[in-house]
Amino acid sequence: MKKTALSLTVLAALALGTAGAQTTLRIASLSPLSGGQSDLGTQIRNGTQLAVNEYKAQFKKLGFDLELVPYDDQADPATGTAAARKIAADRQILAVVGTLNSGVAIPSSAALQASHVAMVSPANTANQVTDRGLPNMNRIVARDDAQGGAGANFLSGTLKAKKVYVLNDKTAYGEGLAGEVEKALKAKSVTVVANEGTEEKSDFSSIIAKIKLQNPDAVYFGGIYNQVGVFIKQLREAGVTTPVVGGDGLDSTELATIAGAGATNIYYTTVAAPIEALPAAKVFATSYQKTFNDTAQGFGAFGYDAAKVVLQGVLNAIRSNGNKLPSRTQVETAIRKGNFTGLLSGAVSFNSVGDRRAATMYVMNVKDGKYKLETSINVKPVKQ
Amino acid sequence: MDLATLLPFLVNVIVGGLVLGAVYAIIALGYTMVYGVLQLINFAHSEVFITGAVVGFEVFRVLKDSPLDGYLKLLIALLAAMLISGALNVVIERLAYRPLRNAPKLVPLITAIGVSLILQDVLRVIEGFQGRFDLTYTLPGAFTTKFCAAASSCAPVGTFLRNIGIDLQLKDVVLLIVSGISLAVLNYLVNHTRLGTAIRAVAQDRVTAGLMGIDSNRMIAATFAIGGALGGISGVLFGMKFGTVNAYSGFDPGIVAFTAAVLGGIGSIPGAVLGGLTLGVIQNLIGVTNVLGSVVGSANLGAIDASYQRIGAFIVLVLILIFKPTGLLGKSNVEKV
Amino acid sequence: MTATLTKAPPRDPVQPDRTWLLLIFFVITSAVILISHNGEMLPRLGSLGTLLKKPIVEAFMVSLFLANILFAYLWRAAPWAKLLVGIGSLIFVLPFAGKEDASLLDLSISIMIFAALALGLNIVVGLAGLLDLGYIAFFAVGAYTWGIVASPRLGEVLKYYGGHAGAAATPTLAFGVVLLLIGGALFTYLRRPGNTSRTDSTSFLQAGALVVAAFLAMLAGRAIFTQGDTRWSMPVIWLGVIILLLPLLAMGIQRLRGHNVLGGLHNYKQFLTGLLAVMGVILVVRSIVVMNALKADGLATGINPGFFWLFLALSIMAAATVGVLIGLPVLKLKGDYLAIITLGLGEVIRVLANNLGLYTGGSQGINGIKSAPVPWFDKLAGLVGFTDDQFYLVFLYFVVIAMIGIILTVNIRLDKSRIGRAWIAIRDDEIAAQAMGVPLMQTKLIAFATGASFAGVMGMIFAAKQQFIDPTSFILTQSIGVLSMVILGGMGSFPGVILGATVVTLLNLRILPGLGEQAANVSWIPQQVNPGQLQRLIFGVILVTMMLLRPEGLLPSRRRTLELHHEGNQEDDSGHGSGGGLNAGPVEVLSPGLAPAAEGERSGGAK
Repeated sequence: MKKTALSLTVLAALALGTAGAQTTLRIASLSPLSGGQSDLGTQIRNGTQLAVNEYKAQFKKLGFDLELVPYDDQADPATGTAAARKIAADRQILAVVGTLNSGVAIPSSAALQASHVAMVSPANTANQVTDRGLPNMNRIVARDDAQGGAGANFLSGTLKAKKVYVLNDKTAYGEGLAGEVEKALKAKSVTVVANEGTEEKSDFSSIIAKIKLQNPDAVYFGGIYNQVGVFIKQLREAGVTTPVVGGDGLDSTELATIAGAGATNIYYTTVAAPIEALPAAKVFATSYQKTFNDTAQGFGAFGYDAAKVVLQGVLNAIRSNGNKLPSRTQVETAIRKGNFTGLLSGAVSFNSVGDRRAATMYVMNVKDGKYKLETSINVKPVKQ
Repeated sequence: MDLATLLPFLVNVIVGGLVLGAVYAIIALGYTMVYGVLQLINFAHSEVFITGAVVGFEVFRVLKDSPLDGYLKLLIALLAAMLISGALNVVIERLAYRPLRNAPKLVPLITAIGVSLILQDVLRVIEGFQGRFDLTYTLPGAFTTKFCAAASSCAPVGTFLRNIGIDLQLKDVVLLIVSGISLAVLNYLVNHTRLGTAIRAVAQDRVTAGLMGIDSNRMIAATFAIGGALGGISGVLFGMKFGTVNAYSGFDPGIVAFTAAVLGGIGSIPGAVLGGLTLGVIQNLIGVTNVLGSVVGSANLGAIDASYQRIGAFIVLVLILIFKPTGLLGKSNVEKV
Repeated sequence: MTATLTKAPPRDPVQPDRTWLLLIFFVITSAVILISHNGEMLPRLGSLGTLLKKPIVEAFMVSLFLANILFAYLWRAAPWAKLLVGIGSLIFVLPFAGKEDASLLDLSISIMIFAALALGLNIVVGLAGLLDLGYIAFFAVGAYTWGIVASPRLGEVLKYYGGHAGAAATPTLAFGVVLLLIGGALFTYLRRPGNTSRTDSTSFLQAGALVVAAFLAMLAGRAIFTQGDTRWSMPVIWLGVIILLLPLLAMGIQRLRGHNVLGGLHNYKQFLTGLLAVMGVILVVRSIVVMNALKADGLATGINPGFFWLFLALSIMAAATVGVLIGLPVLKLKGDYLAIITLGLGEVIRVLANNLGLYTGGSQGINGIKSAPVPWFDKLAGLVGFTDDQFYLVFLYFVVIAMIGIILTVNIRLDKSRIGRAWIAIRDDEIAAQAMGVPLMQTKLIAFATGASFAGVMGMIFAAKQQFIDPTSFILTQSIGVLSMVILGGMGSFPGVILGATVVTLLNLRILPGLGEQAANVSWIPQQVNPGQLQRLIFGVILVTMMLLRPEGLLPSRRRTLELHHEGNQEDDSGHGSGGGLNAGPVEVLSPGLAPAAEGERSGGAK
């Protein structure tokens, strides 16, 4: 017993002697890594990992070891909060990239608020996420009301739809988005036939029968690509060629794969520029494929961007702190106040509540399985 | 909205429900067979079934460019899925349920849940190594065309169906036929063969069956093999019908199918089929209640949309079980004391 | 707790006195946990600090520390030592470690919430033998009860009713009260033993009259409270009446075919009177809400959180009521029929929470849920060194400890009481129990309601802890998780299910994530098989292995062990076991039938 204690002290002393050389600095990712949404959550984690790999050298030069700690929230608010409190307790973690679900982001960011751990979300679009005005919660994606407005504009302006069938996936994301679209469409006096929710992932036959009966000019589906893709496939097989519009949940090459021959006349709004438009995006896609043996989807790109925002923010904080380890509060301020460039979705800066300032929103078109840019719209967050 | 447009719409919704119900029915059979002999809710059956779907996906993927006939590909997929799912089910029984034959009933239930969790992740890892998560079936092109659309001898049938408002794709018809054949074979197997008699004997009374020289363990294994094979078939049909599956997508249809088995009277084979079809139709009808509500001008009914599909089925189940506690076709056995 | 303490594990009856070992263990693990959660001290310890900080090591240490309490319970030691370790761990060491690392408080609260859920489900499944797969619904009821009133939701609801007042509130209230009284009185009358009609024709007449009454009630309700609002349009009322008449018609046909339909009719009449009462309740609640609609602005952030204590009681009542309402129609079913129906009703509650956006915020959830304001406690906590943001966590930590204490006491008292013995009798042999004069329905309902009430109160604490609730917290997987805690720990054994809850929660929140985090930066593990992503698989393996090795659970109740042991000696009799036996088993009533209700009432309820 005594011996071990002694050797431990010696070890400790040794470690203390060498500790000064490199300080470890960590950022965390928080997303579902197990369970039914794990493919989306893993994309976020992997995107973050790529950004961390990219910035490791830069941090090394300043004398810091950069590490990523991935946390699994299992898409469950309680597990997410528990993980957030773990993150708060680990003082080496300066900021978090996450989460996938707004339902997890809201309590987790509240749990992180007191310890000033900044959070940059790659996916949460619910208005509530930033409406609470937490100093640590930011997001690089468009709010529901911004994206919903853009979707409605596109439906009534470009597609000239007079009658729209709105669907949602009954999650905070899809229902929130569809609600905003409905509101904006009604403001433009477009008829909204229905705003219908469905948790069904496979069988859409009754909904399709209703769409056939009511014959709308367009369908808006607030949901994620792996559900919407199946829906579109069945819709087209039933012989309905009406345009289908969605939000950034559709931003994935998998959408075309799942919809198969039906992958045509689909539009979605997103803040991420099309891959062809940015050379950086191609590099990202290749290195993602190489590192993880998997294809990068929308959430991977958003995760990468969110991580870059975090890392550039930390770098700014280090610089303004005289190349010393910054405090969490300093990082929090640096992220909220900074201008971040070189991202896949263009430049990012946040307003006072953490919404992305004026951003370009792209409307993408999927035609015969090919993605191309349809048009771009400038959107501003509601508060400045 | 007038009757002339509403009627074909309703017919179509009901037929869609029947096709959906046929898939549920075959899945439900897997639950009911196992329940019949072991009184165990085999929670792992949803994963056995999705394993069949994954096997089917792999077969269609590998055979994508081969010149084989579409029906032959389907047959290969079905056979492979039956084989693998059946074997998997037998292995599960041997490892996770047999050692617990004498434990309280809830213990194998928990191992079943455990096995289900294990299989989900194993499937995900297997496909994940190839960079896949959502598996999209590459069906032979003809399967997605309208039933009897081409000018051939059956074209009048297709025209007739479309005239009365029934819109079927070839794959729907294939699905119905395959389920029909599976049912017929199962019925023959259970009711007209020595194996079936032995299985029924074990289901009825394991001890007495043992006295009659029936090896109950072998019969239980055989039941799991048959149930698994049915799971394999239903998996391929499910994948073919809906197009995309992943490692976790067995859970939801599994719950519905189990509900169907209970609705029909658990342990009863015709009950499972009836339950599956009923649930399929009811789910689809609830999905269109809001349209019917708008016809009668009621905001309350208008609020019942597709998001109530699942629980509507449960409420029907509750109502039926209150008045007929043994399910639609369940036998109300006299309790032995 | 002391009552069960006397039960030593049967395997080694003579244990050595381990008082000192226990104390030493306590001191060491406490020291380790205090150090390893102290963010300031750790870096100064150099490599020891790094080691302690490793997530998997940390998770191990937390588990060891919690094992203290287990050992204090299991080992033979002086009572003062046991008390010291128990109180010391829970009241002093844990909160102090949590001061530096709030995640520890969060974890402890979660463990205890799940422990209470497991204790509640244990009554339903372990003691009364009713397999409930939708238990988490009661948790949801408690959470939403507090969530709706103690958050900005309340203002929204009131505002809505201010704008959609319908008829004047007073007549609605009066009508509702009348309806409730009539329905309730008839219901109680029908439920009393001996009040079953003797002849079919009177019974049919009564049922028909009740349908007419329901129809008139709906008409009157429409006239006075919707005022032309199409929500209750005439076609819907007609549809309702037709649906109500269908079972009557079905029973009429059955009667003509010569079946006995008296029991069915009796149930049907009870259902109708219940329906009347429920309609009354809805009207009463609605009119009260409308009357308060003017106060919407004053209640914009929810009611005064001082009502927390009142709502602790209300959430218990709400959950118990829902338990009874769910239980009444379904508890006559047996075994797996009951399982699937409770599963379904659990889903119904979740989907309703997801769809009734006005009350529950739908999928967006309820934000800004308050906790109780306790100034003196906050001051105390502040003096001890807690920060402002931790006050509510520490407070809830102590509330939850107190609740667990109460729940455990209630459990032990119930277990030893008549009702507890009745539950076990029903579980072991329903027919024999009935023959012995145990009122089946009543006993089962009490089990259901008691289990539900534990879940309800914990749901409320959960809502206060999370400050945000949405339907994703109440999914089916959670119900299954709680069930696995009960069975893993040992059905019917209180210390067992608490241990089960602790182990499963620790696994889910600490050990498995710790393992994943540890392995995340190991380059040779391919990402696809990283333990961080295989939590389900690992959990599944643990479940299966545990069940195969110890089917009776971690800390089985003595009764259970004896049963299992007894069975193990008679392998030939497999058909007679309480388990997989087919129709021959005396314990499992395999025929999924109804116990004749009238018989049940008569044999038991007559007292």
